[in-house]
Amino acid sequence: MAEFLQFTSSGLTVGAVYALVALGFTLIFNASGVVNFAQGEFVMLGGMGTVFAAAAGVPLPLAALLAVALAVVAGLLLDGLAIRPARQAGPIVLIIITIGAALVIRGLAQVFFDKEFHKLPGFSGDASIHIGGAAVLPQTFWVLAGTLAIFSGMWWFMTRTMTGKALRATAANRLAAELVGIDTRLVTTLAFAVSAGIGAVAGILITPITLTNYDIGTMLALKAFVASVLGGMGNPIGAVVGGLLLGLLEAFAAGYLSSSYKDAAAIVVLLLVLFAMPSGLFGSKSVERV
Amino acid sequence: MLRVAGLSSAYGRVHALRGVTLEVESGEIVALLGSNGAGKTTLLRAISGVQPIKGGQVHFEGAAIERERPHRRVARGLIQVPEGRQVFAPLSVEDNLRLGAYRRRVVNGIEPLERVYSIFPVLREKRHSPAASLSGGQQQMLAVGRAMMAGPRLLLLDEPSMGLAPIIVEQIFSVLVELNKQGVTILLVEQNANAALQIATRAYVLETGEITLSGTGRELLGDDRVRAAYLGL
Repeated sequence: MAEFLQFTSSGLTVGAVYALVALGFTLIFNASGVVNFAQGEFVMLGGMGTVFAAAAGVPLPLAALLAVALAVVAGLLLDGLAIRPARQAGPIVLIIITIGAALVIRGLAQVFFDKEFHKLPGFSGDASIHIGGAAVLPQTFWVLAGTLAIFSGMWWFMTRTMTGKALRATAANRLAAELVGIDTRLVTTLAFAVSAGIGAVAGILITPITLTNYDIGTMLALKAFVASVLGGMGNPIGAVVGGLLLGLLEAFAAGYLSSSYKDAAAIVVLLLVLFAMPSGLFGSKSVERV
Repeated sequence: MLRVAGLSSAYGRVHALRGVTLEVESGEIVALLGSNGAGKTTLLRAISGVQPIKGGQVHFEGAAIERERPHRRVARGLIQVPEGRQVFAPLSVEDNLRLGAYRRRVVNGIEPLERVYSIFPVLREKRHSPAASLSGGQQQMLAVGRAMMAGPRLLLLDEPSMGLAPIIVEQIFSVLVELNKQGVTILLVEQNANAALQIATRAYVLETGEITLSGTGRELLGDDRVRAAYLGL
């Protein structure tokens, strides 16, 4: 039982980060039809940016803010320099562009930061709390609360504000959105900025638990892609549920089978979903954009 | 009000519009007739700015707008009801209508919404349902209502009668006539040439990307070529 609780808590923690990255994924996909494989790099920039700003003497909360700003700038540049000029290109070309952008960001991080692993102090200390025999880091609750807060904020934005509704309208029907006067280019830019910000926050929340380095983005983007497909591409609730499920699955696979199967679990899930139910758990009809 | 001159557009190497020239004067209802693939939809999309053009000019109320992005043209009051309704399916009926007024945030009050609801009461009944749950006719009402929310000066309509029961078509057309009386100029693309010519002040015929015929609604109703090709007489 203690074992089960232990795996559950670590699964939820990692899953929450997958969920946030998948949420960013969904946001960009909905606004622009682009599957952004550079999404993981925003997480890296969040964590690494905070680490290096803090090392330079900036107080931690301010360092975190700077890191989010850095990621948002990266997101805006990605949209402005790489995506917008290729707007007419097909989905495969756009995917390759985002993979290329991820490589560039990773390369720059290697040069301007370094290649070491880094840790941030837990926001409420690093002493484990014991719950039913499982040792849980207080940071776990920060991760879960942060995920909940971001998801609620997104939900409010999407359903209660005109700008959020314009974003959903653009996702639902780009042509009609342009014909009612929505600046769909601006909507795409906004999606990249918000998405990058969410990714950076995820990176900051998780770094005290999992550490960070320049190279963590690749695997995260892949996992978030699996989470999105599992939940149903383009569905924000699906992204969160898919992320949490994938995190749990990995934790159980690693715990009960062998930790070397952890990453394989994600790939197996991807294959099974694609074979058995290509539109995912919460997917609508068929995905028309891919 | 609207002057289109020498407008051309192409899909790859296929020419969809070959130098189209037409005018719509303030207060008119102008019908644009033509068979499938004649380029009617392409023309309306080019006027709205959602279809790239190869050459030619579009003037709206004296301003050259052919380089403007679509949302700028909407802000000028150049509003299109696109082919096939194109409602925002997952969003509620009321959100669809409110998005129609996206470029008019200042006047985005209750009044235009009430006006749409009084013309199409069924939309009020279903205002919290997703647009996808509406029937085809109701979706067309929603598309027209959404365009009304934008405060149109010139309304472009692309086949508003397509796939609808005659009684709904009649209702939509009477709304168009009413809007026109209130000062909205209308450019109406239709395959239902009879219905369109009944309400049109003038009409153009578009064939394989070129204007081949124009005249008053009555003239075209009496024209042998139009009668044979578009009225089935």
